[in-house]
Amino acid sequence: MTNDTVLHIEDLKTYFYTEQGEIPAVDGVTVSLERGKVLALVGESGCGKSVTSYSILRLIRPPGKIVGGKILFTPKDGAAPIDIAALNEKSDQLYSVRGGHISMIFQEPMTALSPVHTINNQISEAILLHQDVTPRQAREMAIEMLRKVGIPGAERRIDQYPHEMSGGMRQRVVIAMALVCNPEILIADEPTTALDVTIQGQILKLIKDLVAERGTSVVFITHDLGVVAQIADDVAVMYLGRVVEKSDVRGVLKTPLHPYTMSLLQSLPGLGHRGQRLPAIRGSVPSLTDIPPGCPFHPRCPHAVRGRCDVGDRPALRTFSNGGQAACVRVEEIHPHVHEVGHSNDPRVAPVAA
Amino acid sequence: MTTSPQTPLLQVRNLCKHFPIMSKGFARRPIGAVKAVDDVNFDLMRGETLGLVGESGSGKTTCARTILRALSPTSGQALFHVDGQTVDLAQISEKDLKPLRQKMQMVFQDPFSSLNPRMTVGDIVGEPLLIHKLARGKELQDRVDEMLLKVGLRPEHRQRYPHAFSGGQRQRIGIARALIMKPALVVADEAVSALDVSVQAQVINLLADLQDEFNLTYLFVAHDLSVVRHICDRVAVMYAGKIVELADSEELFENPRHPYSQALLSAVPSIDPDIKMNFDIGGEVADAGKLPPGCPFHPRCPHRFEPCDKVVPWLEVVEASNTSAACHLYIPPEKIEAAALAQGSK
Ligand SMILES: Nc1ncnc2c1ncn2[C@@H]1O[C@H](COP(=O)(O)OP(=O)(O)OP(=O)(O)O)[C@@H](O)[C@H]1O
Ligand SMILES: Nc1ncnc2c1ncn2[C@@H]1O[C@H](COP(=O)(O)OP(=O)(O)OP(=O)(O)O)[C@@H](O)[C@H]1O
Ligand code: SF4
Ligand SMILES: [Mg+2]
Ligand SMILES: [Mg+2]
Repeated sequence: MTNDTVLHIEDLKTYFYTEQGEIPAVDGVTVSLERGKVLALVGESGCGKSVTSYSILRLIRPPGKIVGGKILFTPKDGAAPIDIAALNEKSDQLYSVRGGHISMIFQEPMTALSPVHTINNQISEAILLHQDVTPRQAREMAIEMLRKVGIPGAERRIDQYPHEMSGGMRQRVVIAMALVCNPEILIADEPTTALDVTIQGQILKLIKDLVAERGTSVVFITHDLGVVAQIADDVAVMYLGRVVEKSDVRGVLKTPLHPYTMSLLQSLPGLGHRGQRLPAIRGSVPSLTDIPPGCPFHPRCPHAVRGRCDVGDRPALRTFSNGGQAACVRVEEIHPHVHEVGHSNDPRVAPVAA
Repeated sequence: MTTSPQTPLLQVRNLCKHFPIMSKGFARRPIGAVKAVDDVNFDLMRGETLGLVGESGSGKTTCARTILRALSPTSGQALFHVDGQTVDLAQISEKDLKPLRQKMQMVFQDPFSSLNPRMTVGDIVGEPLLIHKLARGKELQDRVDEMLLKVGLRPEHRQRYPHAFSGGQRQRIGIARALIMKPALVVADEAVSALDVSVQAQVINLLADLQDEFNLTYLFVAHDLSVVRHICDRVAVMYAGKIVELADSEELFENPRHPYSQALLSAVPSIDPDIKMNFDIGGEVADAGKLPPGCPFHPRCPHRFEPCDKVVPWLEVVEASNTSAACHLYIPPEKIEAAALAQGSK
């Protein structure tokens, strides 16, 4: 982490305890968010992106539990860093973190919306809770925000119920709710997947403007690599509960180091594939209760070698000469032009504390 | 995918679904209408995949749900040709509809609210087979397991409840439930949108395999244009409740005709971080509750000309092509003039 790291997650472990045994959904995630930057979190469905973001807001409910690690949040006002993972469930501090400092856009809008209240009730409530305004003013602010997220006829829509809106409109209402509180950190979990590309573009622009004007820092979870390319400064790629590659956006998308990232980029449905089969990554994601030894990606990896990739512990994240970090034992064989570096001056790639 | 002999499975004619806009206060009465689906026409051929794309709120979900009679249409027809018979899904009674339900299945846009939270995944996926008495006991279990594997989930997931799954996993539960019936018609509403590219590829390949094997027909509602391009034979583009362009998939992507289609395609984010996109196509998003006169796209259209704010354009075959577009640029002037008189005299 550097001087201006607003959120530093270190060795975070969030497990679920079910009848089928312990499920290590997040198992040692280390990642930093710089102030005023956008960090994209990508990776296969079920790899732990949402559980990581729920953990940041301490929204994990039984049978889930944060069983290890730190979530260090450094507020703008220069106050000392707070370890969110260690806060008491009912403390005022946790309440103020959730309500004002960090807001979240949930992956599925209906988890955040009440079906029995109008949009106005829901957005105004969020405003009134944290800002000193009258209900009239709150309503005006809510309408203004709905306009900004591209909801047509906002003055009429505001009195509707969620079921009267299309999927994408509900999504935009949730985005508006997260933004009215003017958070320091915005965690956006697949915020644009329910939107067509033109409205998606509008939302991406809105988020970029927030970053530029208010210095908001953003964790942006998405599986759309085009969106990643357009919005992210840094990218962390997750696989089975851990980060397997980290770099700036160019590094990850243009010169990926980890075979998993390389395969992801190859399975994009692009031009010239029509009617042919898409190159899916072979095999399927292993069960979290039965994680393969060694590199957990080895059963599906085109570069795996027996005796090295399938034994021992999970490979550690190592830093390489091109500035990227990857958790693969064969990086320098697959990419002869890079070598491991012990230490780098680029703060983004500073080696992670063990 | 496969294109078998061109016989229609479904013919949608003049389909409309309007929602009333109510006044505020106690005695809520209608003061207008949201024309969510307005005079929609298309044919869906047996074994084909038709994509339905368009602006958020343009009526894609409403159109899909109205066809399957999850909503009752305001007017129009949805002729379903199955087992040598033709039924109008828009008119048929609930009772006669019931046995047809197993022939058409929907994958819902919002997996969170469409999966019963109190049922295990095994029960959710197996339920259609049970309801229609197609399998039970060990056979039921085997077919559920097989389907779970096909969508990239695992048999041991059978005992878990929906909340214990990630967003993309829940989406696949919905897909498994719809496909286990091997229905003639599958309406997939954003069925792969929450999936990362690799699982998405797996599910798309599965959809293609099942289509080849059972000659399934798909109506595929989606935002992800690269996915649509990959799997759809033809694509319908919706804007403000109407289809504004209907074209062969390749043709649409190579040569979009309607100015909205052009705007849509140009907003696909490039995966090259060095190509910075201009995201804003400008103007207000269309409001189906308060449409402008003439072409609903005219306030945002860079090509608008004289008739655009007066005459409502209709789908017309674009000369020397297989494409239809609802835009005055492609309608002969004498027809526009005639329509101006007709529409004006109403
Ligand atoms: N309540 C729970 N009980 C048991 N397992 C759970 C629970 N919640 C989540 N999991 C498991 O934790 C893993 C990580 O889930 P998470 O929602 O973080 O995935 P994700 O990366 O966000 O995926 P997606 O892209 O599909 O949204 C999944 O394998 C999921 O099945
Ligand atoms: N039950 C309802 N009552 C009133 N209006 C409704 C209802 N359902 C849908 N609408 C309206 O109909 C229009 C079309 O909605 P629909 O859900 O079909 O859009 P969509 O094209 O599927 O959008 P998205 O891409 O966002 O899912 C919207 O203006 C929506 O608000
Ligand atoms: S009819 Fe006119 S306004 Fe509408 S899309 Fe065509 S040119 Fe543009
Ligand atoms: Mg998720
Ligand atoms: Mg929809």
